[in-house]
Amino acid sequence: MLGVDERTGAPGPAIVGARGRQGLNWRKGGRVLLLEALLIIVALIFLIPFAWLISMSLKPDSQVFATTIQWIPHPVMWSNYAKAMTEFPFVRYFTNTMIICVFVVIGATASSSFVAYGFSRVQWPGREMLFVVVLGTLILPYQVVMIPQFLLFRSLGWVNTYLPLTVPAFFGNAFFIFLFRQFYMGLPSELSDAARIDGCNDLGIYWRIILPLSRPVLATAAIFSFIGAWSDFIGPLIYLNDANKYTLSIGVQQVIGQAPNWTQLMAIGVVMTLPILVLFFFVQRTFIQGISFSGIKG
Amino acid sequence: MPRMGAMEWRNLRVGLFFVSPWLVGLVIFYLYPIASSLYYSFTDYNVLQPPTFTGWSNYQQIFNDANFWTALGNTAFMVFVGIPIYTVVDIAVAILLNAKVPGQAIYRAIVFMPTLIPVVVLSILWQWLLNPQSGLINELLAAVNINGPGWYASPEWAKPAFIVMTLWTTGNAVVIYLAGLQDVDRTLYEAADVDGANWWHKIRHVTLPSLSPVILFNVILAVIASFQFFTQAFIITNGGPMNATLYYSLYLYQNAFSYLHMGYASGLAWILLIIALALTVLILRSSARWVYYAGSR
Repeated sequence: MLGVDERTGAPGPAIVGARGRQGLNWRKGGRVLLLEALLIIVALIFLIPFAWLISMSLKPDSQVFATTIQWIPHPVMWSNYAKAMTEFPFVRYFTNTMIICVFVVIGATASSSFVAYGFSRVQWPGREMLFVVVLGTLILPYQVVMIPQFLLFRSLGWVNTYLPLTVPAFFGNAFFIFLFRQFYMGLPSELSDAARIDGCNDLGIYWRIILPLSRPVLATAAIFSFIGAWSDFIGPLIYLNDANKYTLSIGVQQVIGQAPNWTQLMAIGVVMTLPILVLFFFVQRTFIQGISFSGIKG
Repeated sequence: MPRMGAMEWRNLRVGLFFVSPWLVGLVIFYLYPIASSLYYSFTDYNVLQPPTFTGWSNYQQIFNDANFWTALGNTAFMVFVGIPIYTVVDIAVAILLNAKVPGQAIYRAIVFMPTLIPVVVLSILWQWLLNPQSGLINELLAAVNINGPGWYASPEWAKPAFIVMTLWTTGNAVVIYLAGLQDVDRTLYEAADVDGANWWHKIRHVTLPSLSPVILFNVILAVIASFQFFTQAFIITNGGPMNATLYYSLYLYQNAFSYLHMGYASGLAWILLIIALALTVLILRSSARWVYYAGSR
C-alpha cells in the first residue's frame, strides 16, 4: 500500500532489470487499482449512514419500521420537510441557536486572536510556562468544572439565559489561541519592527497589521466555533429549562422521548447537518490544516 | 535570573495586557471551579439548602457504590477495547488516504464528514442504523445470513455498539495521522526498498515508528474523550440496558442534575480529574519505550 505513494516508481533495481518497463507499469497500475477499490469501499462505509439519514427523512411514516432495505422511498415524501418545519417549532429553535452561535463566534475569534498576540509577538518572562497551562486546559475533561461552573452561574442568576453559553467564549478558547499563535509565529518580525519605527504601539500592530493578515485563521476559528455552538448539547441541556429558549439540539432531544414522528425528526437532522457541511466545504483546506497542526506541534 | 531592564518590564506589561482576557477566564472558569469543587466534594449539597460539611463521607460512599464501579468499568471498556480498535482502523484509513490516487481529496473529505454531524443527529441516526429489528446494519447482516445482535438493546452488545458508532466519527484522528504521514522521512522508504522490504515491513518498521509521536497524541486525546463520553449515551440508552452503558460522565451528570447530589458528584469529578491525570502521565511515561523521535526533534 505504502508502496504507491512514496515511490513514484523507485522500486528495487532487480525488478526493473527482470521485467523491464512494461512489467513495471502493469504492477503500478494494478496497485493503484487495488488502492482505488479499497478507498471506494471505505468511502461507501462512511457515506452509507448519510444516505440512510436522507432516505429515512423522505420515507412515508408507514415504511419506517419496514424490514426490507429500500434506499429510494416510494413515494418520496418531500412533505416530511415542510411538516417538520411547522409542527416542530423549528424557526424558534433555529433563531435561538443562531443567536448563541453569533455571540460565540464573535467572542471566541476576537478574544483568541487578541490573546494569541501576547503569546507569540511579545517576548516576556513566563510566557512559555503560561502557554503550557493553555494547552493543559485543552485536555481537562469538561465534567471536572461543570458543576462548580453551574453553581457559579446560578448564583449570578444566569440559569435559563444564554449568558453561560456565550460569555465564556469572550475569554479566549485554548484551541483557537493555539491556532492563532501558530500562525502569528510564522509572520516575520520585520512587520512589527517597521510599524514600531513608524510610532505604532502593540495594540496598533495587532489591529492594523497582524489581524488583517490572519484572515485564513480567523475564518477557521469562526467556523470551528460556529460548529461547536451549533452542535453543543450539554451546555444548553444544563442551562436552558424554558422550552421557548431551547436550541435545535435540545429541542430534538426533547421530542425523542415523546414517541416522535421519526421521518420528520430525520428531516430536521438533515437540515441541522446541511449548513455545517456547506461551511466545511468552503474552508475545507484551512480547516484540515488547523487540525493537522494540532497533531504535529502538539 | 538577571534583573529586568526597562524594555523587559515594558514587554511583560504588554504581554500580560494581551493575555489578560484568558488569564481572567482561567481563574473564573477553571481555577476557581476546580478549587471549589474540591470543597463541595466534602459537603452534602442539594442546591436548595446551603452545603453542609461532611468530611470524607462522599468518598466513602463513592467507593462503596456499585454504580460507581460499573460506570468506571464501562468507561474502562471504552478506553481499553475502543481505543486500540480506533487506533488500528484510523491508521489503516490514513495510510489508504495518503496514497496518491485519483479522487484523493474527495475520499479525505468523506472520511472527515461524519465528525461534522451534530451529536444529537448522530445519536438518532445510529439509534436507527443499529435498531435490532429494522436497522440497516442488521438487515445487511441478515442478507449474508447473520443474525444481528440486539446492539443498544442488549447488555452484551450496547458497549460494542457505541464503539462502532464512535469509529465512524474518528475523522479528526485520521486527519492528524495523515499530517503525521507527511512527516515520515522519504529516504527511509527508499532504504527499505533497497533492502527488499515488502509493504508490511515498511509499515511495521518505517511508518509506525515514525508515526509514534502522533499515535501518542491521539491516544491521549481519545482517553480524555472516553472519560467525557456523554451525549450519545444520554440520548440513546440513558445508561441502560441494566447499566451496561452507564458511562462515567453520564453517572456524574445524573448525580449532579437528576438527583441534585452536587457534593457527591463533585467527588466523582475529582476522582475523574485524578484518573485522567494519572492515565495521561502513565501514557507519557510509557512513551519513552515506544515513541520514536527523529533526530531533528
